[in-house]
Amino acid sequence: MNKLDDFKAVEKIPGNLSRREFLKFCTGVAATLGLSSMAGVRIAEAATSGNRPPVIWLSGQECTGCSETLLRATHPTLESLILETISLDYHETLSVAAGHQAEAARQASMEANKGKYILVVEGATPMKDGGIYCKIGNKTMLDHVKESAEHAAAIVAVGSCSSWGGVAATSPNPTGAVGTPEVLPNKTVVSIPGCPPNPYNLLATILHLVTFKKLPALDDIGRPIFAYGRLIHENCERRPHFDAGRFAMEFGDEGHRKGWCLYKIGCKGPETYANCPSVLFGDVGSASWPVGTGHPCIGCTEQGVVFEKSIHELAKVENLTPPTLFPPIVEERGTGVTPASAAVAGGVVGAVVGAGAVIASKMGQEPATESDSD
Amino acid sequence: MSSHQPLGGKLINTQFVILAIFALIAAIFLAERFIFGLGSVTNLNNGYPWGIWIAIDVVIGTAFGCGGFVMAILVYIFNKGKYHPLVRPALMASLFGYSLGGMAVVLDLGRYWQVYNIFLPWYAQINSVMFEVALCVTAYTFVLWIEFTPVFLEKFGIENLRQKLEKVLFAVIALGVLLPMMHQSSLGTMILVAGFKLHPLWNTNLLPVLFLVSVAAMGYAIVTFEALLSSAGFKRPYDTTILNKLSGIMLVLLIGYMIMRFADLIMRGQLGLALAGDINGNMFIIENILFLIPIVILINPANRSKPRLLFIAAMSMLFAGAIFRINAYLVGFEPGGGWNYFPSVPELLVTLGIFSMEIMLYLIFVKRLPILHRVEA
Repeated sequence: MNKLDDFKAVEKIPGNLSRREFLKFCTGVAATLGLSSMAGVRIAEAATSGNRPPVIWLSGQECTGCSETLLRATHPTLESLILETISLDYHETLSVAAGHQAEAARQASMEANKGKYILVVEGATPMKDGGIYCKIGNKTMLDHVKESAEHAAAIVAVGSCSSWGGVAATSPNPTGAVGTPEVLPNKTVVSIPGCPPNPYNLLATILHLVTFKKLPALDDIGRPIFAYGRLIHENCERRPHFDAGRFAMEFGDEGHRKGWCLYKIGCKGPETYANCPSVLFGDVGSASWPVGTGHPCIGCTEQGVVFEKSIHELAKVENLTPPTLFPPIVEERGTGVTPASAAVAGGVVGAVVGAGAVIASKMGQEPATESDSD
Repeated sequence: MSSHQPLGGKLINTQFVILAIFALIAAIFLAERFIFGLGSVTNLNNGYPWGIWIAIDVVIGTAFGCGGFVMAILVYIFNKGKYHPLVRPALMASLFGYSLGGMAVVLDLGRYWQVYNIFLPWYAQINSVMFEVALCVTAYTFVLWIEFTPVFLEKFGIENLRQKLEKVLFAVIALGVLLPMMHQSSLGTMILVAGFKLHPLWNTNLLPVLFLVSVAAMGYAIVTFEALLSSAGFKRPYDTTILNKLSGIMLVLLIGYMIMRFADLIMRGQLGLALAGDINGNMFIIENILFLIPIVILINPANRSKPRLLFIAAMSMLFAGAIFRINAYLVGFEPGGGWNYFPSVPELLVTLGIFSMEIMLYLIFVKRLPILHRVEA
């Protein structure tokens, strides 16, 4: 009976997910994080337990692409999970409430959950002229971020704008836009850069926080290492073409149609840290990521690359220079038999057979016994 | 007193010098291979990544090295002590076959300096047949050296250690029987995983079994071949009584092999391809005629004690096994896409040099170490 109750409890909580689907999802999240499948069970437990951590989601200078990617580019049941796993107490796009009512809800939640809520910041924060270029509820974004960060348990900067300024901070940066880590220099801010970032990277970070009560391992600029530890170039499915020197030279040429490396048409994979080639986008299977579809990576997770370098500019190859000598693209299909090799092969076989025949002829034809050979 | 003794005699004679020249030529080409890479010496290409250095030096070389384990089965597992005089020479041939086969693998590795990674457990891909072969061949080469250690200990009079070793040697010998049976069949699997690239005449799930049975027959053939050759060459008496029995075992294995081979082809309906008149069909016919010759000779018990016929049977058997392996690995392997392969002159000379080195080592060992059994004059 108890088991049945347990099942029913788990079955109800994540909306219209079956228990099997839900555990599968949690195991998937664990795999994204590089954890064992047992961790999936722990994530499932955390996600279904009563005390869901409240999330305050601020939006600054942004396009809401990060929210969109979280809502759409996933299984249809994901939003029900995200809305019921975490308690999304404030989100300008998703809130039912509007105007002063919404702001009041945020204040109330922050008051009630002091030191317990997760702050997610989407978009850049303008600093110039006291931050007047982005105001919500008659208050600058700068004040919103500072105020909300004060008692947050964890701060997550989602998207490139929030990570370092993104498109809003592109030169000449008229509003003095900066990323969340720069607004909060004394706080630990987890950056999930990307334009938009892969929703699983945000989800995995939050579930790591919910499950293990701590942040995942971060690199020196605050990005989770599980997602941003490797260059795109390192896991790219087109990498063998790079190593072999087979490059698409322009869109639609032979190499491009054959799926060769996009480095020479500006792919920024060699200088961009992200897990796109392994995690992919949209849950529609292989090749569903920019390079897979034939477009060079624009380096959307990398400060100093996206919005700064032109899309078709050559990338700086971070950890490997191409060899000076490439194998030929059109290979010789092998050397056949030559007179010399045929002569040597024939000679050796002939010599062995001949020697065998000579030795055989010297051996006794008659049964030999040990005594008569002596 | 040991029952084995060194032959003695001069090491350097005309044959030895000729063999040394072949070995030297091989060494020069190998130096070129290590300086300028595989492509400068071999005709290997992306369609045929394995050439004769694998098909002959490794696959056939280790098959020729199977005398040791089949004799060990006979003497230690079936407890037929009378075959004991042939164990040491067989073991020695195995030692050379495997040591040089292992060396040949390294020669054929493009990035040979990475080879140690095979032995790091955290990189192990335990589902890979090639991994199994690599590990097994290495382990067996070590086992062979341990099995052979008593010879050195005897030579240098370290009796104490020898007696201790003899007490635990049974475990090593058991391992020395298991390991070659594992990887000699896996050598068949290894080319079978090439799938449709392998011609139907050789593309059968029985290939690992055929490799194993034929290698056992080859093991007895090489023991017979070497015993007869050393008797003739060193003017020693023929071990005809033992060889008579050995050839009987070989005959049973061969008949079993041929029944399996042809039953399989008939059941798969591919036997007609033998008469296609192309290189595959013709090589198949040559292969199986060579398998038939020893059967025809040995089926008559009277022939089994005639050194000349025994020699021809053994040699034919060795050729048959060798051609079977060349057919499966090179002739019957068709990667498609217009690829072709024939060994280059340097490739052939390296293989020749490796086999020359094997014979040189054989001559040195039998003349200086207690390998061949004592002859009461």
